[in-house]
Amino acid sequence: MKAFNTSNLPSRRRAIGRALALVVLTANALVASAQAEPRLRLATTTSTENSGLLAAIHPRFERAHGVHVDVIAVGSGRALELGHNGDVDVVLTHDPLAEQAFVAAGDGIERRAVMYNDFVIVGPAADPAAVATASDAAHAFAAIASRAQGFVSRGDKSGTHVKELALWQAAHVTPSSPWYFSTGQAMGAVLQMSNDKQAYTLTDRGTWIAYRNKLALKILHQGDGILNNPYHVILVNPQRHPHVQAALARAYADFLVSAAGQALIAAFKIDNEQLFMPNAVAQ
Amino acid sequence: MDYFLAAGLAALRLIVNFDDQLWRIVITSLAVSLSAVLLAAIPGIALGVATALWRFPARAVVRHGLNALMAVPTVVVGLLLYGLLSRRGPFGEYGLLFTPTGMVLGQAVLVLPIIWNLVITAIESTDPRLALTCRLLGANLTQQAGLFVREARVAMLSAIVMAFGRAIGEVGVAMMLGGNIAGYTRIMTTAIALETSKGDFELALALGVLLLAVALLVNGALGLLGRTRR
Repeated sequence: MKAFNTSNLPSRRRAIGRALALVVLTANALVASAQAEPRLRLATTTSTENSGLLAAIHPRFERAHGVHVDVIAVGSGRALELGHNGDVDVVLTHDPLAEQAFVAAGDGIERRAVMYNDFVIVGPAADPAAVATASDAAHAFAAIASRAQGFVSRGDKSGTHVKELALWQAAHVTPSSPWYFSTGQAMGAVLQMSNDKQAYTLTDRGTWIAYRNKLALKILHQGDGILNNPYHVILVNPQRHPHVQAALARAYADFLVSAAGQALIAAFKIDNEQLFMPNAVAQ
Repeated sequence: MDYFLAAGLAALRLIVNFDDQLWRIVITSLAVSLSAVLLAAIPGIALGVATALWRFPARAVVRHGLNALMAVPTVVVGLLLYGLLSRRGPFGEYGLLFTPTGMVLGQAVLVLPIIWNLVITAIESTDPRLALTCRLLGANLTQQAGLFVREARVAMLSAIVMAFGRAIGEVGVAMMLGGNIAGYTRIMTTAIALETSKGDFELALALGVLLLAVALLVNGALGLLGRTRR
């Protein structure tokens, strides 16, 4: 039996070797073909990507310009850092103070309003900290802290995290363990963790709507002016980073604020609910 | 348990239905990891053979260093290469960050110590009489190296298999250097991490099953390649 097999083993080995080589070559060709098309690099927050908004609005831009938009979904802080390093062409973020600093430092140009939604405080339906009856968002945070109820934080310098820190400051609280969980995770992951721990968290409404069906949590506080959440698009300064695709990046930003782009944002709905309100100033 | 079963069935459906996105992710994973292993295999084998045959002073230090590097966390390799490949880093001008090429480089750096170290072991565990015979017959260094490689080829192939296993299963380098861009640099491990965080357990599980299947298949194929004639 063994003797019978040995005769054709080398040829079989050659065949397997060829098959492996073929896999590598085809796969590389496929990846290379994807690489050949022009690609615009967008660093953005996890909320725009996780909610599905970008997947809904990008195809039209990509078709019109024959380009692929590479979405790198990170927190706003990290997105701006990628812009500062020149690793992306354009950023779409929701951290107004950091964005202004980004432009003032000469890292970015042409900051334009695109859309907004708002932040909401979500938590277990039983609401052990009585957040729902707090007079405003800061008092709601103070109630969570004073009753030492679980709170899951993004902890990643994202726009949501920055807003959360501002709220703790407004509540005159320094959040601490064991009730405060700083996770460094994206919004969707933080919602999942809050669900598993039945803890409170701060989320943008868009991600909340996209995830709420999977969660046993509910909105307990909303509508306070401090919870407003505006998104801006900023081009990475081509004078600082000559390699960035400034024209393409500008075309992308123009698309977002154009009537067509704004209409697409307004039309993006989950369960018949609009996630982002377009608010580009007509130009 | 019902939850697991339902998720498992949904995962199978995704695989059987040949979900486009899913296969793109699988192909990218294979392309990146196999390329990385091939890229690292050439210098890895050369360095391994050289280190095994050539008794130089710092040899013990090199071996200890390689042993330590085999266990280096993937995110550390990712971080280092991120610093090098970012536009502000020394190799920024090539624009390799967030590309499949960048991921290949990262995984190649990750598996180079594995191949290098295991090739040394492979050569060293050949019959000690081989070296003696070589010397007695007056073989030069190149001829010696050729003989040792022939003799140790099966063990060297398992070094490649180990390297592939480390590359296809890692997430740190791929996430940091690839950026997990959909349809471009998203591979199985980074997709699993993302889909889990998005609460899409079925898709994550489907990818997990595929990852396992791909690892088994490629390892099996490489194993068949390495079968001796006897």
